Amino acid sequence: MDVKKIPHISEIGNHGAYAGIPAKSVSTFDERTKSGNKIVENLEAAIKASGLKDGMTISFHHHFRNGDHVLNYVIDTLAKMGFKNLTVAASSLAGVHAPLIQHIKNGVVTHIETSGLRGELAEEISRGLMDFPIVFRSHGGRAAAIESGLLHIDVAFLGAPSCDPYGNANGYSRDDDDGIACGSLGYARTDAKFADKVIILTNHLVPYPNAPFAIPESDVDYVVKIEDIGDPAGIMSGATRYTKNPKELKIAQTAANVVEAAGYFYDGFTMQMGSGGASLAVARYLRQKMIDQGIHARFALGGITSQICAMHEEGLIDKILDVQSFDLDAALSLKKNHLHQQIDAVYYASHLHNSAVNKLDFVILSALEIDVGFNVNVLTGSDGVIRGAIGGHPDTAEGASLSIIVAPLCRGRIPCVVDHVQTVITPGAAIDVLVTDQGVAVNPSRPDVAEKLTAAGIHLTTIEALRDKALAEVGTPDPIRYTDKIVGLAMYRDNTVLDVIRQIEE
Amino acid sequence: MKRYTKDRLRRSMMFVPGNNPGMIRDVHIYAADSIMFDLEDSVAYTEKDTARFLVYNALKTLDFGKKEIVVRINDLSSGLGIKDLEAIVPAGVHVVRLPKTDSAQDVIDCEKEIEHIEREHGMEVGSTGMMAAIESANGVLNAREIAHASDRLIGIALGAEDYVTDLKTTRADGIELLFARSMILNAARSAGIAALDTVFSDVNNEEGFIAEATLVKKLGFDGKSVINPRQIEPLHRVFMPSEKDLNKAYAIMEAIEDAKKRGSGVASLKGKMIDKPVVLRAQRLIALYEAGTRVDDQED
Repeated sequence: MDVKKIPHISEIGNHGAYAGIPAKSVSTFDERTKSGNKIVENLEAAIKASGLKDGMTISFHHHFRNGDHVLNYVIDTLAKMGFKNLTVAASSLAGVHAPLIQHIKNGVVTHIETSGLRGELAEEISRGLMDFPIVFRSHGGRAAAIESGLLHIDVAFLGAPSCDPYGNANGYSRDDDDGIACGSLGYARTDAKFADKVIILTNHLVPYPNAPFAIPESDVDYVVKIEDIGDPAGIMSGATRYTKNPKELKIAQTAANVVEAAGYFYDGFTMQMGSGGASLAVARYLRQKMIDQGIHARFALGGITSQICAMHEEGLIDKILDVQSFDLDAALSLKKNHLHQQIDAVYYASHLHNSAVNKLDFVILSALEIDVGFNVNVLTGSDGVIRGAIGGHPDTAEGASLSIIVAPLCRGRIPCVVDHVQTVITPGAAIDVLVTDQGVAVNPSRPDVAEKLTAAGIHLTTIEALRDKALAEVGTPDPIRYTDKIVGLAMYRDNTVLDVIRQIEE
Repeated sequence: MKRYTKDRLRRSMMFVPGNNPGMIRDVHIYAADSIMFDLEDSVAYTEKDTARFLVYNALKTLDFGKKEIVVRINDLSSGLGIKDLEAIVPAGVHVVRLPKTDSAQDVIDCEKEIEHIEREHGMEVGSTGMMAAIESANGVLNAREIAHASDRLIGIALGAEDYVTDLKTTRADGIELLFARSMILNAARSAGIAALDTVFSDVNNEEGFIAEATLVKKLGFDGKSVINPRQIEPLHRVFMPSEKDLNKAYAIMEAIEDAKKRGSGVASLKGKMIDKPVVLRAQRLIALYEAGTRVDDQED
């Protein structure tokens, strides 16, 4: 065949590498990093460059928890620059974000999406501060919403304890520690991957390459160095301690026995537990069982605490999948233990994939309230005010083979087992067992579990009996009065509306 | 009907300050054999009425299952003790715990008041039990008379803090309490009632607690007071017979049964003759184990 007869063959030489390559840089890399990087002089410049406009959606992560200074700083700056009508889509909000109230009042922020809400901001919103309801999503639900485009992020403002000039960002620093570390940047990674523009705010610029990194430079557009990303004490401190509360210990011990009796405690099991007093303390009792019986876990998932890391270092847990580090010891473990793996929110819990929560044998979760249908509320308090976070509750509860709720029968004078929860966050169909200080109840949908627990000598009661006991102890509370105004939407993990939260009447 | 039984499992007696409603409400969820609501030293003078009112209502309304309910009253000479009795006896307390018992007369005086209240309220005379806490050198020396002072007494107990102060010493490794413990134990046994040991107040020192519990069990005590639910499980572990001892006890009882079947008056195990005290000990051990298992199972 005559190659020259191929139409336009002569033009190929003018395309791609045949036409020559861009001018090669011949200066040293050290020279080049001084100009060819993503560092922008200040936040205003980065915002302008990002193309942010009124009415757009901006996102934040909550890895700095109650020590976060990034969100307030960014919104203050946006307010000064005259932005209005913004949607704040944070992976979660904490008490430290109370200054948002002012920015809601002056119209800078008109919509909020979050996993949780606490403190003054939560109080105000429960009293009808906003015109539009807040959208509450679980961690998995938010990840799915972002990756599917349901929640489109225009600009992500992501604080990072270390970042290099090209945007490789991490939750801790490989070289000398400057005291600020948050460990995993799991939720921020999802935002970075899917947002149109990504601005990293860091207090700690390190030389390229900031390896290992949580967020790769390919996902980052601008890097801004600021003095103060957060208060280390509020971000995380020391190690989470096991509770010494005898009631929580009793509940935890029972829950550990339930896991074992139900058949999910075997060599190579997988688990997740919350950081709350009783749920975390389950780890302590499981640890002893693991040592006594020579059993080890394949992985522990989730929000990771020092206890989980200690069990990993003892050889009891093979691997750790860490979407969020709960304490400084966990952050340090991520740094030093190479089988302690950082994962992002999609990997963790998005229902659009066979995510990590689907690979759990069991999860131990807490609850503010649980009702006789096993529906769980972790978001609104007994006064109807928002005071919690969905977190990964519905994601792990649906994903795990055995989902155990640990809760006291009453907190002070407030019953925790009720006829109807204030807000359904996790539907009863996802919950298998309730362990309280005064008895264990198995969801009737799991007769197999009930049978195994009974065979193992664990006395069972019904959830109705527990409710009766709670009400006998503290009496029936007056119903909370609400107005018709909806202040929040509680989405299930598949991003359908599961429940609404109404304004409290005063 | 008597509200108390002399012969019951008393490995642990859980102290609950009478002015703490949260603890009063929750205490029944723990595995203690007896619950002791305190109106005395853990309650400040300004809270005495509050505590009495709370404990009265707790006795009237809460369900404590099969646990033994004890109330420690203020001593009668303070003037508060009578008020305490007037509230808790009609409310149905199982056992009244007398603090700072120095002599048999203290027990007799208190019994007289209880009897009076029982009559006034149309209750069966003698239905309320008593126990005496011995907390002074005088009390220890009078332990035998105290233990025999009333039919209502289910046991006598050592209160170590006041006692060591009276002795001009402090609590240490236990040697300072050896005489008092031995006196109280022998006095209790001579009257056929329970001997109960004092509290161990360093809640975070589990090792020290277990060592002390092991010592008093060896001495022969029935049980010990606890001030935190976390002490209950280790205490019960100490007081429950070991598997080895239990198997031996069962083997002894089997040998006795065999001997009976054979019509022989003499039983032996592995070539050793089984004496009467051996049988008695084996029977007690099995009874303790079975009662303990039954109770602990219910608690699960």
